[in-house]
Amino acid sequence: MRCDSFVLGGLLGSLSLLVLGGLGALLIGRMSSRSAVRLGMGTAVAGCLVGLIVTLTALVARADVVWTMPWRMPYGSLHIGVDSLSAFFLIPMFLLGGLGAIYSVGYFGSWDDRNPGRFWPGYHALVAGMTLVMLARNGFLFLVAWEIMSVASFFLVIYEDEAEETRWAGWVYLIAAHVGVALLMALFALLGRGHGSLDFSLMSAPAGAAGGFFLLALAGFGTKAGVFPLHVWLPEAHPAAPSPVSALMSGIMIKTGIYGFLRAVLLLGATPIWCAWVLLGLGAVTTLVGILFALAQQDIKRLLAYSSMENIGIIVLGLGLGMLGLHHQSPLVAALGFTGALLHVWNHAVFKSLLFMGAGAVVRATGTRVLNELGGLLKRMPRTGAAFLVGAAAICALPPLNGFVGEFLIYVSAFKMLFGQPASAVWGVVIWVTLALAGGLAAACFAQLFGIAFLGEPRTQTASEACEAGAWLRWPLYILAALCLLLGVGAGAVVVLARPVVVQMMGVAGVEGVGVLEWPVRTLLPLTLLALLVALLVVIAIWAVVRRRLMARAPAVRTSPTWDCGYAAPAATMQYTSTSFAQPLTKGAALFLRPETRAQLPQDVFPISATFSSTTPDWAQKKLYRPIFEKAARQLGRLHWIQQGRVQWYVFYVVAALTALLIWMVWS
Amino acid sequence: MRLAGWLHPILALLLSPLLPGVINRVKAFFAGRQGPPLLQPYYDLIKLLQKGAVYSGTTTWVFRAGPVVNLAVLSLVLLILPLGRVPSAVAFPGDLILLAYLLVLGRFFTVLAALDTGSSFEGMGASRELQFAVFAEPALLVGLGALARWTNASSLSGMFADLSPAFWGDSLPLLVLLASAFLVLYLTENCRIPVDDPTTHLELTMIHEVMVLDHGAVDFGFIQWAAAMKLWVLGILLVGLVLPGASGWRGLDALAGVVGLLGVAVLTGVIESIMARLRLLRVPQLLVGASVASALALLLTFR
Repeated sequence: MRCDSFVLGGLLGSLSLLVLGGLGALLIGRMSSRSAVRLGMGTAVAGCLVGLIVTLTALVARADVVWTMPWRMPYGSLHIGVDSLSAFFLIPMFLLGGLGAIYSVGYFGSWDDRNPGRFWPGYHALVAGMTLVMLARNGFLFLVAWEIMSVASFFLVIYEDEAEETRWAGWVYLIAAHVGVALLMALFALLGRGHGSLDFSLMSAPAGAAGGFFLLALAGFGTKAGVFPLHVWLPEAHPAAPSPVSALMSGIMIKTGIYGFLRAVLLLGATPIWCAWVLLGLGAVTTLVGILFALAQQDIKRLLAYSSMENIGIIVLGLGLGMLGLHHQSPLVAALGFTGALLHVWNHAVFKSLLFMGAGAVVRATGTRVLNELGGLLKRMPRTGAAFLVGAAAICALPPLNGFVGEFLIYVSAFKMLFGQPASAVWGVVIWVTLALAGGLAAACFAQLFGIAFLGEPRTQTASEACEAGAWLRWPLYILAALCLLLGVGAGAVVVLARPVVVQMMGVAGVEGVGVLEWPVRTLLPLTLLALLVALLVVIAIWAVVRRRLMARAPAVRTSPTWDCGYAAPAATMQYTSTSFAQPLTKGAALFLRPETRAQLPQDVFPISATFSSTTPDWAQKKLYRPIFEKAARQLGRLHWIQQGRVQWYVFYVVAALTALLIWMVWS
Repeated sequence: MRLAGWLHPILALLLSPLLPGVINRVKAFFAGRQGPPLLQPYYDLIKLLQKGAVYSGTTTWVFRAGPVVNLAVLSLVLLILPLGRVPSAVAFPGDLILLAYLLVLGRFFTVLAALDTGSSFEGMGASRELQFAVFAEPALLVGLGALARWTNASSLSGMFADLSPAFWGDSLPLLVLLASAFLVLYLTENCRIPVDDPTTHLELTMIHEVMVLDHGAVDFGFIQWAAAMKLWVLGILLVGLVLPGASGWRGLDALAGVVGLLGVAVLTGVIESIMARLRLLRVPQLLVGASVASALALLLTFR
């Protein structure tokens, strides 16, 4: 009981800190930008720290707190609660919220040309909105919180609105968010129809319709998460937003889509088996499309946005395996799938925000996001670069870092399915191949990202003049890099923390009471594996020491230029670029990626000029959505005459509408 | 109890340089040359480990870390790999995934070390290495998955423990498919003909050798040692498929494994002598072929 009031009190305290801090920064933003920044950062960090401590306690103590208060809204009530599922998603949210606030202080430098009164309220509202999303136990409250989160993040995306492309990205994002929310409104309205209330505890799917609701939830929440083909806003909004915001959005905001989806699955109860097939199919497509497009990008942050899509695909694969495992009565497959997906939620939050923040530091130092204009940054920004390398290795699922463990569980889940009946084994094969392909492509993609940006010689003047990022920017990177290692070798602890959530999810199909729910860690995650991950570090250290000993005994060590096969005047522009590096793979996938190339080939015997440029735009946006929206805009244009622009007309509309409602009320 | 398994990494570290020695002797025999002594790789290694180094001014610590990480990965991976019928030191369900990703880790750092020099030649090699890895990865994982399903074992040691000619008896096509997939993988990962030519001096056509163009001395020694270890690691998968059943005596089984590896080295020498290198654009087709062989093997297990 005391734990309950501690959790609720702490979370409400954290929320009020965020609200007050945001309002305060808004008020004093114009007067004193220094104190507004201090206030904004201080309250965000304090609020997130309180929230982090409280939710960790709640998860460890397996708290299940509910608090209700009537609210004068139709169908609405202030019904909030914290269970394991909420707490599991709240923890990375608070972690990134706090680190992002610290990072923001450094990111905007002296804030001279920026009004912090516009940034911090949005930041606080985003964090508070996400908190409320994960606390809400009432459909109406949930939608309000969801909307706060979407609108706040919209304002953050367009914070640097001088650029045309930023405003465009803002539009795309706003539209995508509201298409998603419209689907969610329909979902909750239909679910709560029979009960006269939108309370989650009363909602249930009418018999036989669970599949339809499942698809509605998948589309609505999938838009936020970035599931193919609803991902189009990701590659627009993530590069346009300031880097701390991209880190927060990609790290955790897209995961609210996963959270909401899981919550909806809990509400729906048992779903038909084809729902699991849909999840697996979509997950596989999202994974492969995401990583292929990532490989073809030259904008660092756009690349990272597509890679977020890939990782959401992997999470969806894990969830699909979980649900399929339940249908096949194989609790071990289900537990492995769910646990792997949940671990990947945490892991992706950590390494993706690390990468976005690292990319932000690069953008600060060089003023460009274009990979082909960078190079040699590891010499100029050694600490940022080292942290970035950790993130890049983690996202490729390289042992011993955290990315490996989450994917390992999903792999093993698919592996266990290989042994089953042909019908389930086929799915095992599909996922097995998808993950293997995605793994190879991810390694190529991130070796390219790190190799081209940080290694070699600088390709431009600005890149050669880059300086190490300041301490405000670096410390969040260090913390996240350390977490990558810690969550890798200490993954057993995370598996234990995720267990109540997995039990919750497995309860959906009534698999309670099966022995696997009582599993110790080792049935899922072999402790020998974790020992080997530690051993890997030890073996690397041993060989490093051996190397040092040998080098110490060796005669002279000299420095010279790179061997260029006898060429007389090597230049930095001769290096492999990211385009050429990825070319063998992107060319192989050209039928699918549809890159647009513009080339002026060299002509005559003594060619004077030649140019080549290639971009890979998202065809889902161009071919799928643009025609639909253009047609809609044309049709809606016919209603323009309603919009007269005179106040009298609008007053008339209001009066007419009220009269019509009155007549309707009287008649019925 | 699993002492033999723990000795596997040490055995491999000591004996693996024999494999390139054998390959070179076979190639010399086919070419009618005298050839280098069988122990030449050892002499090279000892010499390289004592030399002073020349580093490019462009490089950073990543360049120096590459060979260390690669060698560390290859010496660790032998803890989960059975030596023929001798079970590995550590085995757990899904250890084949760790095997695949440890190899990726080694490759990742080798590639980064190559890119660290800023040379376009090394960039070219790195790009090709990763391209081929994308195709090789599914072949490895699907092939091992097929073997796991067929033997109904979920760890590498379990998969290879009970294989014997009698076991394959009525499923010879499966063995042929898997063996050919693993052979292609072995040749690819070790950069041998027909995928890559370890002896060419034309940088434009090389993959692995061009990536290590700027390494010298101790670092290059580590690279050579790691290359020999890699012959061992991928060879053992192939050897494990075709060896006769366990004799019950660990020493004899281990000996059989080593002899098998030497046999694979001879086979490699023969292939290198009688075949030309494939055109670069053909290599992905070969690797997709290996993946298809693996996938067919997996389908056969559905019978």
